[in-house]
Amino acid sequence: MSILVNKNSKILVQGFTGTEGSFHSSQMIEYGTNVAGGVTPGKGGHTHLERPVFNTVADCVKQTGADVSIIFVPPAFAADAIMESAEAGIGLIVCITEGIPTQDMVQVKNYLQGKNTRLVGPNCPGVITAGECKVGIMPGFVFKPGRIGIVSKSGTLTYEAADQVAKAGLGISTAVGIGGDPVIGTTTKDAIELFMNDDNTDGIVMIGEIGGGMEAEAARWIKENKNKKPVVGFIAGQTAPPGRRMGHAGAIIGGADDTAAAKMKIMNECGIRVVQSPADIGKMMSEVAEKELKSLQRSPFGQN
Amino acid sequence: MNLHEYQAKELLKKYNVPVQEGFACGSVHEVEEAYRQIKTQFGSSFAVIKAQIHAGGRGKGKIKETGVNGVKVAKSLEEISDYAKKILGGTLVTVQTGAAGRVVHKVFVAQDMYYEGSSDRKEFYLSILLDRARGQNVIMYSTEGGVNIEDVAHNTPEKIFKEWVHPSDGLQAFQARKIAFNLGLTGNAFKNCVKFVTNLYNAYLGLDCSMLEINPLFKAADDRIVAVDCKMNLDENALMRHADLSAMRDVTEEDPTEVEAGQYNLNFVKLDGNVGCMVNGAGLAMATMDMIKLSGGEPANFLDVGGTANAQTVEAGFKIILKDANVKAILINIFGGIVRCDRVAQGVIDAYNNLGNISIPIIVRLQGTNAEEAKKLIDESGLKVQSAILLSEAAELVKKAVA
Repeated sequence: MSILVNKNSKILVQGFTGTEGSFHSSQMIEYGTNVAGGVTPGKGGHTHLERPVFNTVADCVKQTGADVSIIFVPPAFAADAIMESAEAGIGLIVCITEGIPTQDMVQVKNYLQGKNTRLVGPNCPGVITAGECKVGIMPGFVFKPGRIGIVSKSGTLTYEAADQVAKAGLGISTAVGIGGDPVIGTTTKDAIELFMNDDNTDGIVMIGEIGGGMEAEAARWIKENKNKKPVVGFIAGQTAPPGRRMGHAGAIIGGADDTAAAKMKIMNECGIRVVQSPADIGKMMSEVAEKELKSLQRSPFGQN
Repeated sequence: MNLHEYQAKELLKKYNVPVQEGFACGSVHEVEEAYRQIKTQFGSSFAVIKAQIHAGGRGKGKIKETGVNGVKVAKSLEEISDYAKKILGGTLVTVQTGAAGRVVHKVFVAQDMYYEGSSDRKEFYLSILLDRARGQNVIMYSTEGGVNIEDVAHNTPEKIFKEWVHPSDGLQAFQARKIAFNLGLTGNAFKNCVKFVTNLYNAYLGLDCSMLEINPLFKAADDRIVAVDCKMNLDENALMRHADLSAMRDVTEEDPTEVEAGQYNLNFVKLDGNVGCMVNGAGLAMATMDMIKLSGGEPANFLDVGGTANAQTVEAGFKIILKDANVKAILINIFGGIVRCDRVAQGVIDAYNNLGNISIPIIVRLQGTNAEEAKKLIDESGLKVQSAILLSEAAELVKKAVA
């Protein structure tokens, strides 16, 4: 079953007919994802990639029964796109768009309060349940099916972690890229909680970076909930200077609590296996699996 | 994006936020003219001259060449003219600039706010910023102004107050009153403070600030509430809807190589180390910097080439990194997904050949789509480029290069 998406998920694409939307939709379809249709205001009634195009999300949901939305619309219109999907009753919204103004996201976060909608992102690579469903822009082949969950603020670092996990003879249940913006939907702790309650996930890789307090919040939650499953952690930005924005809008050291060292310390104290080098993520997961996940079936692809 | 004090004050005035008035000047002549204007307008022979750089601590900081502080009060035309000569064009070193300091291109010549009157003068602190954990804006304020707020937060946390603003309801009148009460204000000063806070919050939202700090927030002896200093930070993602604000960017305050990198759409941050790096993705770029450090080197930069690493971006990246004479090796770390590694490898080879004469070791780690083909291309190119597939192999090569 894994988390968030699976082979039964029906996807709609917002910004379907644009360059990014078209390219990544075809990649998702190729992966085997059930892309039911798309939305581009003003292009309703057309067909694109052999799928129907609608003017509104509500129309698309009504006609196709889509329950997951992925957003590729430009930053100026992305907040509106998220709210439109939430209003149409979409349960999971994955927003890929990078560069959404922070105040727009403050509005979105407030709008989603009390609604039965989960947002992943923005500014993220998306969500993939290995071998079943890809709702994102990640290279699918890197994610070999298995029983390790990944939650990460960063795109390529997620691919790196998935690749190391696969080379260690393990595989991925679901990988969630939560994004590197200051205001996002699903937090590190939210994703960890989902993995802890998922029968198809035995261990978790948690990748964070400088800025904000989400990793500390997740670490404390893990400890309070008695470390049910082993977690391997890494924080990028040990060498980042304070006060400088490192690529991601949210990756900036504001005080003593959001440095990599401070986060790693809290994670260590909460029982997370923190690696200093990004090259050691797979190795550490393998050691943990060896010691604690005896029942885990290991194969070249970690498939079971 | 950072703004200068004088730019921030101009913007605040549009939102009816009272500020310490003054003129931005680029020459001694302009300073003298500004002083005459201020003397006529405000009827005082006192005026303040403030160096305009993108860093705090200007008052205590000193101009390297002349030893004069970055902020001075003058009582006469001769005095302010003398300060102008010693500040303009000088290099101001403050606790925030580092030893290199910043060249002062402009000064702000302003009215003196510390005049006598019927009530006491007071300095407060007030800032508006995003509370990331709550996803809401928060107004942070304190009775302790004019000092380093981090020290106040550390030594006397009970003197820091916070007021969160609901995203859809906005700042309420009772919240603005609460702030004025907590600052201990009464009478006209109280009323002026309520107006000040309300208008300042409108400015914060209207300008898409990511941080707006007033320190000191000043109560004058005639009960006026005024922003004596202002630090304004704009959300770069929102500049698309503020063409006028984008035009206020002062590139002379930025590292020239960072400005140049921006022209190639490269996300670059200059650091002080000896190993340059070029990576796709911000998280992997930071992780690569960390790995360089663990391998015994120091990262010379952060460089995210983004999702489209090709011969052009690689060449631009090479050029920018190679401007730094301290760089002893370069690590290129690309995780190919949609981007094919063999194409990136060909890009590296082309860029290398185009530039010629690269005398330092280049380590290329390509993983992901077509990684094996990419390694073969590089190994057979005959160039002095070392290739790796695993991140741990790249780390070993860095270790050897800096040993």
